[in-house]
Amino acid sequence: MFDRRLLTHFDWVLLLLIFLVVSLGILNLYSATSAWETSGVPIYLKQVAWLGIGLIIALTISAFDYRHFEHYAFVLYGVNLLLLVCVLLFGRTSMGATRWLNLGFFSLQPSEIMKIVIILALARYFSENGINLGYSLGQLWVPFLLLGVPALLIMKQPDLGTAMLIIFIGMTMALFAGIRRGSLVILGALGLASAIGGWFLLHGYQRERIHTFLDPERDPLGSGYHIIQSKIAVGSGGFFGKGFMQGTQSQLSFLPERHTDFAFSVFAEEWGFLGSLVLILLYMILITWGIYIARRAGDRFGMFLALGVVAMMFWHIVVNLGMVIGLLPVVGVPLPLFSYGGTCMVTTMIGTGLLLSVSIRRFMF
Amino acid sequence: MSLDSNWSDVPGLRGRFLFLSAAAIAILLILVMRLWYLQVISSERYHALSEKNRIRILSIAAPRGAIYDRDAHLLVENRPSFTISILRKEAGEDDKDQILALLSSYLDTDIDQLKKRWKEGKKYSSYQPLVMAEDVSRDAVEKIQENAFNLPGIITEVRPIRSYPHGEMASHLFGYLGEITEDELKDPLFGDYRSGNFVGKSGIEKYLDQNLRGVNGERLIEVNVKGKELRTLKTLEPQPGKKVYLTLRKDLQLAAEEALGDKAGAAVVVNVKTGEILAMANRPAFSPSLFARGITAKEWVSLVKNPMHPLQNKAVKGQYPPGSTFKIVTALAALKAGVATPSTSVFCEGKLTVGNRDFRCWKKHGHGQTDLKKAIRESCDVWFYKVAQDLGIDKIAEMARDLGLGESLGYSIDAEKTGLIPDRQWKKKRFGARWYEGETAIAAIGQGYVLATPLQLAVMTAAVANGGTVFKPQVVARVEGRDGEIVFQYHPEMLREAEIPAAALAAVRKGMEAVPNEPGGTGWASHFDEVRIAGKTGTSQVVKLRDDKDLKPAEIAYKHRDHALFVSYAPAEAPEIAVAVVVEHGEHGGSGAGPVARAIYAKYFGLEKKAVEPVVDADALPAYDGD
Repeated sequence: MFDRRLLTHFDWVLLLLIFLVVSLGILNLYSATSAWETSGVPIYLKQVAWLGIGLIIALTISAFDYRHFEHYAFVLYGVNLLLLVCVLLFGRTSMGATRWLNLGFFSLQPSEIMKIVIILALARYFSENGINLGYSLGQLWVPFLLLGVPALLIMKQPDLGTAMLIIFIGMTMALFAGIRRGSLVILGALGLASAIGGWFLLHGYQRERIHTFLDPERDPLGSGYHIIQSKIAVGSGGFFGKGFMQGTQSQLSFLPERHTDFAFSVFAEEWGFLGSLVLILLYMILITWGIYIARRAGDRFGMFLALGVVAMMFWHIVVNLGMVIGLLPVVGVPLPLFSYGGTCMVTTMIGTGLLLSVSIRRFMF
Repeated sequence: MSLDSNWSDVPGLRGRFLFLSAAAIAILLILVMRLWYLQVISSERYHALSEKNRIRILSIAAPRGAIYDRDAHLLVENRPSFTISILRKEAGEDDKDQILALLSSYLDTDIDQLKKRWKEGKKYSSYQPLVMAEDVSRDAVEKIQENAFNLPGIITEVRPIRSYPHGEMASHLFGYLGEITEDELKDPLFGDYRSGNFVGKSGIEKYLDQNLRGVNGERLIEVNVKGKELRTLKTLEPQPGKKVYLTLRKDLQLAAEEALGDKAGAAVVVNVKTGEILAMANRPAFSPSLFARGITAKEWVSLVKNPMHPLQNKAVKGQYPPGSTFKIVTALAALKAGVATPSTSVFCEGKLTVGNRDFRCWKKHGHGQTDLKKAIRESCDVWFYKVAQDLGIDKIAEMARDLGLGESLGYSIDAEKTGLIPDRQWKKKRFGARWYEGETAIAAIGQGYVLATPLQLAVMTAAVANGGTVFKPQVVARVEGRDGEIVFQYHPEMLREAEIPAAALAAVRKGMEAVPNEPGGTGWASHFDEVRIAGKTGTSQVVKLRDDKDLKPAEIAYKHRDHALFVSYAPAEAPEIAVAVVVEHGEHGGSGAGPVARAIYAKYFGLEKKAVEPVVDADALPAYDGD
C-alpha cells in the first residue's frame, strides 16, 4: 500500500519552512514567558509538544490521497455545520463567548474546524463547476451559501475574528476562480453596504475595539492599552532590537497575551526590524511556495485546496501582524506557527498536511 | 469528475497565479513598511516611551471578611499594616547583599532570613514584588522611606491584616492564617492568589476561605527607570470578603474561657432546640494575631511543643473517656430495654464481682441500697455494673449512637474526631477477639474503650434535654455579601431521633436534676438557687489501674491525674442550653468541671453575682464530690 513516491516526491521545502518558523516561535515563547511563575511544564515546552502532535497530524494527512477529502467534503461540511448549531444551543461559555462544545474528555471548537472544512467544500464546488469566463453573481449563490451560513453562525457566538477569516478565505478562493468584472463591482458595493449595516449589529465590545483601533489614545488604559503597549514594544525594538530576553516592555508584565496573540510584539522588541524582516520573509516564502504548490497541483481540486490553505495561513498572518503593529483592530487572531496555542497549531498543521498531500501527488494524474 | 486532464492550460490561469503571488507579497510588504516606520523612523520616540513608560500592575490585597457573633458583636476584623516588599529586578542581584543588610538593620531582623526569602523568591517573576516583611512598625517604615535612595526596588505597601479585638478568644474556632503554599497556588480554588498572600489554614478561616477572601484589586502605576513610582494610572478597588455571622454568643464564650482559665480543657454550649453552638471554649489557646503577621519559627515551635497542645481544638478533636457522664446512656438503654426500672434497687457494698474479678465503686464503703435516681445523683458504679450485665454491650452502644456518640456529627469546620463506641462487632474487627462481660461493666461507666469529644457530649446532653433529637452542631449562622445578600443561612438540621420511652427520659432527667440540687449529689459545685440545673458529673481515668504502684509519684502529679467532666442542661424543667465541660486532669467532675459550667450558666441566666460567691457552706458539701 505504501507508495514510494510519497518519499521521492516529498516536499522538504515546505517542511523546512514550517520548521524554521515554529523554531523561532518557540525561542520567542521561551523569552516571553521566562519571567513567569513556574507551575508545571513551561509554555515553550508545551509548544514543543504541540509541534510534535502537529507534525504527526500533518504527516498522517499527507500520506492520504487528498481526493478522499474531496469525496467527503460536503458530508464533513454538513457535520461541521451541525456542530456549529450545537455550539449555539449547548456550548460552553467562557469570557462572554460560546465557542466550545464540551465532549467530556476535551473541548471542541467547531468554528476552528470550519476553517479547514470550508476550504474543502469550496474547493470541491469550484473544481466541479469551472466557468472560464468567470462567475456572475447569479452563479455564485452556492458558494455564497456555503460561506455565509457558517460565517453567520460563528458571528453569533460571537467570534468576529474567525468569521472574518472564513469570509476572507472564501473570497480569496472565489476571486481566484474568477468573478466577472461587473459582478465584482456589485460585490464591492454590497460589501461596503454590509460593513456599514454590520456596524449596528456589532456587540459593544467589538465596536469598542474598532473605536479604539481608530483612536487608541481614547482609552489608553482600557481597550486601547494593548495597541499602545504593543506599538511601544515593537517601535522601541529599533533596527537591531534589544536582544534576546532583554525586551523591557515584554518582560514587564503589561501584555497579558504576550505568549499568544501578541507574541510578535515580544519578538519585534527583542530582535528589532531585522528580526521582524527575517520572520516576514520566511512567511513570504512560505506563502509563495504554497501558491507554487497550487500552481503545479495534479488536478483542479488539489489546486483550489492548496490555494484555500495558503489563503488561511496568509490571512491569519496579515490580520495578526496588522493588529499587533496597529494597522488593524484588535481581533483575537493568533500568528500561525508562532503564537502559543494547541488549537491554532493543530489547524495550521492540518492545512500543512493537505498542502503536503497535494504537493506529493503532483505527478500522479 | 475533473473537467479534463490538462486543466491547467485554461487561459489566464498563469496570469492569475502571478497576480495572486504579487498581491500576497505586496500586502506583506505593506506590513514591512509599517514595521520600518515603527522600528526605524519612529524608533527613538518609542524607545523613549518604553524607557519612561514603565507600567506596573500592583495587586491590592482585599480585606478579608469580618467575623461577628450572633448579636453582631465584632469578633475578627482587619487593621492596616505595613508590608515591605522588594522588586528583585530593580534591586539587582549585584547589590542585593548591601540592600538586604540595610533592610535587616532597619527592620531589626536576621539578615539570613531576608536572604532566604530572596532565594525563595527566585521562583517568581523578578518584576513581581516579593514580600520581605509583614506588619512592619511605623518607625521602621519611616527609616526605610528616608533611605529610599539606598534601597532601590523596595516597595512599602499598606495591606489589611487580621486583627482580633478579643485576643485569644475562640482562636481555635476562627483558626489561623498562613502564607499560601506552592501546592495551594497550583490549586484552581486559589485562582487569583499570588505567592505571599495569606489564606485560612484552619477553622472558620479555612472552611470559609472562599467567602472571606474577597477579590483583590489592582493598581496600575507608572514608574521611572529606577523603579520609582511616578503616578497611579488606574485603580481597581479590591472587594472585601463576605461577612460571617456565627451562632456564638460572645459573652458566653468569654465566660467559658475565663472559667477554664489556666486549665487545659474545653467547654461547649449548644442550644438544645437547634444545635446552634453558643460557645466553644478551648484552653490553653493561642494568639491568632501571631499567624496574621506571619509566625516565626520560634513561636511555632513553642506552640507545637507545649504539652497542653494550645493549637488543638479540644472541643472537636479531643477524645476523652466520658466516665460517669456516660451513665446517662447506660441508664436510658437499660430503661428502654426493660432490664431496669426507675425503682430497680441494688445494694452497693463498694464493689461487684463479675466473673472472677472485682469491680469497685468509687465509694469504697458503698452506697447501700441504691435505686436509679440515687445511682445517678451519687454516681454509684455498682448499680450500673449490675444493670449492664443484664443489658449487654450492644444495647448500650445502640443507645449511645442514637444520641450522637461514636460517629461524626457533620461538624464541618474542622475535621472532628468521631470518638468511639465499642460493641461486639467492633471488638471482633479491631482485635479479632470476643467481648468479655467485664468489659461491659467498664463501658457502662464510660471507661475502657469508650471515647467522646466534648462536642459530642454537649450534643448528647442536648438530645436528652429535648426529648431525643440529635441536632447537627452548627456554628455558622449566616454569610453575608457586601450588599447584604445572604450567601448562606443556617437552618437547624436534625441528624437522628433517638427512640426513648418518655418515662425512661423523665426518670433519667430526674436523676440528673438531683445531681446539683440534692444533698449527696455529686454536682453541688454547680448549684444555683435561682435556676435548676440538671447534669451528670464524670471523672475519667487517664491511666488504667491508677493504683498501679509502678508509677512515679511526680508523674501522677499532672499527667496521670483523672479528667474532670460535667455535662448538663438548664433550666431543668424547660431546657434551653446544654453545656459540656471537660477539664483535662481536673481530677473530679463535680469540683473540677462543675464550676466552669456554673460560670457559663451564671452568664446565661444573668446571675453573675452568684457565680463568684461560695456555692455552699463547705460543711454542707458532700464528703467527696467525685465520681
